[in-house]
Amino acid sequence: MARVEINIELCKGCGLCIEACPKGCLKISSGFNRMGEHPAEWGSDEMCTGCGLCAVVCPDCAISIYK
Amino acid sequence: MEIIYERPESLKDVRTHYCAGCGHGVVHRILAEIVDELGIREKTVVIAPVGCAVLAYDYFNFDVCEAPHGRTPAVATGMKRVRPSNVIISYQGDGDLAAIGMAEIIHAANRGERITVVFVNNGLYGMTGGQMAPTTLIGQRTATTPMGRDFRECGQPIKVCELLSQFEGVVYAARCAITGPGNIIKGKKMLKKALSIQLADLGFSIVEFLSACPTHWKLTPREAVQYIEEKMVPCFPTGVIKDTIK
Amino acid sequence: MTEKRLMSGNEAMAEAAIRAGCRCYFGYPITPQNEVTAYMARRMPEAGGVFIQSESELAAINMVLGASAAGCRSMTSSSSPGISLKQEGISYIAAMELPAVIANIMRGGPGLGNIAPSQSDYFQAVKGGGHGDYRQIVLGPSTVQELVDLTVCSFDLADEYRMPVVILGDGLLGQMMEPVSMPGMRHVEIKEEEWVLSGCRGRAPRLLRSLILDPGDLAAHNLHLQEKYRRVAAREVRFESVFTDDAELIVVAYGTPARVCRAAVAACREKGIRAGLIRPITLWPFPREEISRLASQASHILVVEMSHGQMVEDVLLSAEFRVPVSFFGKAGGLTFHIDEVIRKMEKTNQKSKIKNQKAKSKKQKHKSKP
Repeated sequence: MARVEINIELCKGCGLCIEACPKGCLKISSGFNRMGEHPAEWGSDEMCTGCGLCAVVCPDCAISIYK
Repeated sequence: MEIIYERPESLKDVRTHYCAGCGHGVVHRILAEIVDELGIREKTVVIAPVGCAVLAYDYFNFDVCEAPHGRTPAVATGMKRVRPSNVIISYQGDGDLAAIGMAEIIHAANRGERITVVFVNNGLYGMTGGQMAPTTLIGQRTATTPMGRDFRECGQPIKVCELLSQFEGVVYAARCAITGPGNIIKGKKMLKKALSIQLADLGFSIVEFLSACPTHWKLTPREAVQYIEEKMVPCFPTGVIKDTIK
Repeated sequence: MTEKRLMSGNEAMAEAAIRAGCRCYFGYPITPQNEVTAYMARRMPEAGGVFIQSESELAAINMVLGASAAGCRSMTSSSSPGISLKQEGISYIAAMELPAVIANIMRGGPGLGNIAPSQSDYFQAVKGGGHGDYRQIVLGPSTVQELVDLTVCSFDLADEYRMPVVILGDGLLGQMMEPVSMPGMRHVEIKEEEWVLSGCRGRAPRLLRSLILDPGDLAAHNLHLQEKYRRVAAREVRFESVFTDDAELIVVAYGTPARVCRAAVAACREKGIRAGLIRPITLWPFPREEISRLASQASHILVVEMSHGQMVEDVLLSAEFRVPVSFFGKAGGLTFHIDEVIRKMEKTNQKSKIKNQKAKSKKQKHKSKP
């Protein structure tokens, strides 16, 4: 069981983490951050293994992962 | 709970000004991670270039000095010679390094200055609106090559790592693509080696990052990553180009 | 003071810099200052310092920027065309408030010009030179001994005010040999002041920059610089006066032409002309008040320069048109002969007398009208 935290104010919604995730745990949120962007959203703690690939590709260092 | 990934101490907890999907953010992050891993935060000084990364000083949590456009290696030289025990990193884009600063980079490399160059190559001038850079691909459309770069008019894209590898002072030169996680991890290893070379006082080291500029390529971040793999990598082969201390 | 040694201006300046604690020199060859670079190449390693023959003047000034940011007393030298190339770096150094010493051993211009002595870079030096609203302290030595003394002084001024200091000599001064006494070797540590970049051990990270995007912040930075420049202008003006107390004809000259003018003034005194000399030692800040004061006393000012009229503009501004200002200049590498300066002074004095007489008689005529 892993937990992914996304700082939505740092995230610009580029979506690269969604591409990187082998389990499809991430998606673009329908909500907005303060800059008016749709940030990424982590939804599935059942599938997430905490592999960290999303954090590796994140250009905005918006992702923290705990296991 | 165990921490799998958290922001490195060397990176300030602020939002960057970079566009969504810009490669600078990844390069900043892995540089900060390595500085933390090597325990050198308190002796590192980054020389920031002119270009999109000019504001790098807002993001790195260690000493930063600005330099005039292209003169980063000269500023780094002066600094390193005064304080050889500091880790001096020259952070440069393709316009800064390969156009206006070509003389400074070549001579710093030839002198074998004990500095590490982080070279971010996105094939154009991002800050000023996407003009042609020395590394723009043949046929690539930019603000100043509206019909695509023509080599008879504008020359060929310059392969910086191959060029600098000719100098004996260059101990390590490598290129990686900021695309998927695998390549980013490879790039981080390269940069870590480059900094270890400086720490061991062995000579000049450079790592080139093929980096996305979705805004000026007019692509989505995902398409931009594909563009690097399909268009840039065939022109700029990735891997270790020179390593004299294997 | 030690016993005197016979040295060329260029070599004496280099030795003086080392004795002042300069431990980084970066230079690119250009005549007529090559002796500085060659001397530093030999002497700097002996002194435990850094010498680099850079790939260009651009690289040299930016190496100075880096070394200065790391806390070392640093210097570069060049001659006119090379100094033009350094302007980019000088502007950044001024903006980043770094100490730096830049010697310009001027040669004939414009363009590549020639390698003969000249003073035609005065505007470039005292008006800023590079882009943006900045100043640099400009020192104009006229003898090799003064070049030595001002070189030592330039490092202290650069450190005190954290700004570029220019030693503005001409090719004649660089090349001529004169006996000099050298100051003792000063031990100057690498600085650890609150702005030096040394790695953030035990402190918050530091930043040296010139990019300040917010207009309000950049305006504030400019005001801060201007306040500093006002402080320099109030405290650092230096000049030499010769026979000015009762002088009717004031000659203003700096650098090597001032030596010719000094002799010419003495010769004119013997001929009964009440002449005096003002020799600005700091060209910025300019001895404006002294020249303004003398403008009320003298009947004529003559400016002698190896250019076609640059310092004369500062003299005109200082004299505020209260007294006629004549100019005697030549450029292209020609120097002054004492006889021609004397002739010019005699002519100026004559003109001034005739003018005064005319003015007097006009006044009297005016008075005699009912």
